[in-house]
Amino acid sequence: MKSKRFSVLGLFCTLFTLVMALAWIFPIYWITITSLKSEDQTIVVPPSFIPWPPNFDSFVYVLQTSPFIRWYLNTIFVSVTVTFFSILFALMCGYALSQLQFPGRKVVYTSILVGFMLPFSALAVPLFMMLNHFKLVNSFAGLILPQIVVPLSVIVFKQFFDDVPRDFRDAALIDGANNWRILFRVYLPMNWNITWAMSIVTFIGTWNNFFWPLIITNSTPMLTIPVGMTQIQLAYGVQFAEICATAVLASIPTAATYILFQKRVTQGVMAVAGLK
Amino acid sequence: MENVALSNVGRKAVVQGSKRSLRRRLAPWLFVLPFFSLYLLFLAYPALRVGYLSLTNSDIAGQGNFVGAANFLTLFQDQDFWASVIHTGYFVLLTVVPNTLMGFLLALLVVRLKRFKLFVLACFFLPYILPVSVVYDAAIWVLDTNFGIVNLFLGSNTSWFQDPVLAMPAVAGVTIWWTVGLNMLLFIAGLQNIPQEYYEAAALDGAGAFQRFLRITCPLIWPVASLVLLLQLILQFKIFDQIYLLTLGGPFNSTMVVLLYMYRQGFQQGRGGYAATIALMLVLIIIVVSLIQFRVLRIRRTPQ
Repeated sequence: MKSKRFSVLGLFCTLFTLVMALAWIFPIYWITITSLKSEDQTIVVPPSFIPWPPNFDSFVYVLQTSPFIRWYLNTIFVSVTVTFFSILFALMCGYALSQLQFPGRKVVYTSILVGFMLPFSALAVPLFMMLNHFKLVNSFAGLILPQIVVPLSVIVFKQFFDDVPRDFRDAALIDGANNWRILFRVYLPMNWNITWAMSIVTFIGTWNNFFWPLIITNSTPMLTIPVGMTQIQLAYGVQFAEICATAVLASIPTAATYILFQKRVTQGVMAVAGLK
Repeated sequence: MENVALSNVGRKAVVQGSKRSLRRRLAPWLFVLPFFSLYLLFLAYPALRVGYLSLTNSDIAGQGNFVGAANFLTLFQDQDFWASVIHTGYFVLLTVVPNTLMGFLLALLVVRLKRFKLFVLACFFLPYILPVSVVYDAAIWVLDTNFGIVNLFLGSNTSWFQDPVLAMPAVAGVTIWWTVGLNMLLFIAGLQNIPQEYYEAAALDGAGAFQRFLRITCPLIWPVASLVLLLQLILQFKIFDQIYLLTLGGPFNSTMVVLLYMYRQGFQQGRGGYAATIALMLVLIIIVVSLIQFRVLRIRRTPQ
């Protein structure tokens, strides 16, 4: 009797969970199918939930009438460059802080911990002034350089390197390996999962960054996708099929990354939040 | 002569040795410097510069004079600034605890699933990895006054983001939809760390499901809950993107938050010094909150 009552309750919970999940994903489903409607179909009442046949006019329109492809290339370039250098430099710094003794080590680590607490957005004014002084406003260097500095990545890598047993380093030293070899041939392969996870999270974060590109770019050809999209919205007004098409195009890289590397994304966001 | 020559050789060797050891001692800096030099330039220097700028009447290009505490005196009498602090506080209130509770609820629902688990997980988490501009698109389309599916469903004509009373809760709702997936993941990790034997032992002792939840789940999930709460607190104080896109501080400044006010003063009105003063106030708030957060992080990590 009792177990049966519980299984009914369990079934109810499962159903409730599924309904919640579908409701949660619904806005994403809704912008996806709206992007496949013609502009007239979007405002038909009652709305159709499965537009058939799909209509790709709004995608064609967006790609033909806006610099979307240029923004796409900008964003790919910025995100890949930031991810590569940010992870490389964080690996090196994290390795030194974890494994090497040198004068100034404590000072460096403490200042990185302090830097981790500083909110980037509050530094935007002096950062803008400095880049303006060097004529780097509205340039790739201005977009990329400040985003490479992610103190949290250094802290995460240091903690993971701290957990590597010292025997590995000692053995490599006896074999005559120098620190570069030890980092890239021993420590990096041993921490491949977290490096990969942090790279994916950095890539998604840079792709999605809105605040910094908004401040440092000021001409249409230099925009990244998240900021460029807002220009399209201003230009198109209430053309919902077109707006939804831009949203779908803008989401493909990060959504695909998540679907392909679900486990690594999960590991990465948890490491960033402070859980291993 | 021979002796002198020998000692010269010896001295040379000593000098070379100390050079080599100096080089060896400084070699680690080659690993540190790529990151650390960028860190000093793009994080440490601007952080110090914010402090100095707050004492000047600089424009946004950095040209201006030292004016002492004038900016602070203006700031303390600036009604708009205090209104933005209150609006930020209101947003924090509307998001931090609800977002944490929602994450916990979703985690409880998801961990017990046997089938569809990955699918359900993806449904709740997917919004989190979308750019804020896509979230904005989804929000204005789903919540559109005339053709939005929510208003069609409710049979209403509510202008969610143009109503002074509804705008902030609507932005908070969109924020929760967007970011709850992360909280859910953290809670799922926490729930999976609770040993199953505790529940079995309690069940043997005759504890009901509700009692087990109250006496085992709740206390053991608390470290994760406090972590999520603090992460949320820091994050939501920095609210900017959603407000910038959805309401631009309106209607009637009812959603004007601190960072947007800083952006307006600095980048739109060109008052660099005053914007730096506003930024400094925000940094002070966030540092206090971060210090608490850091303590909690450390407490959490020691047992591992």
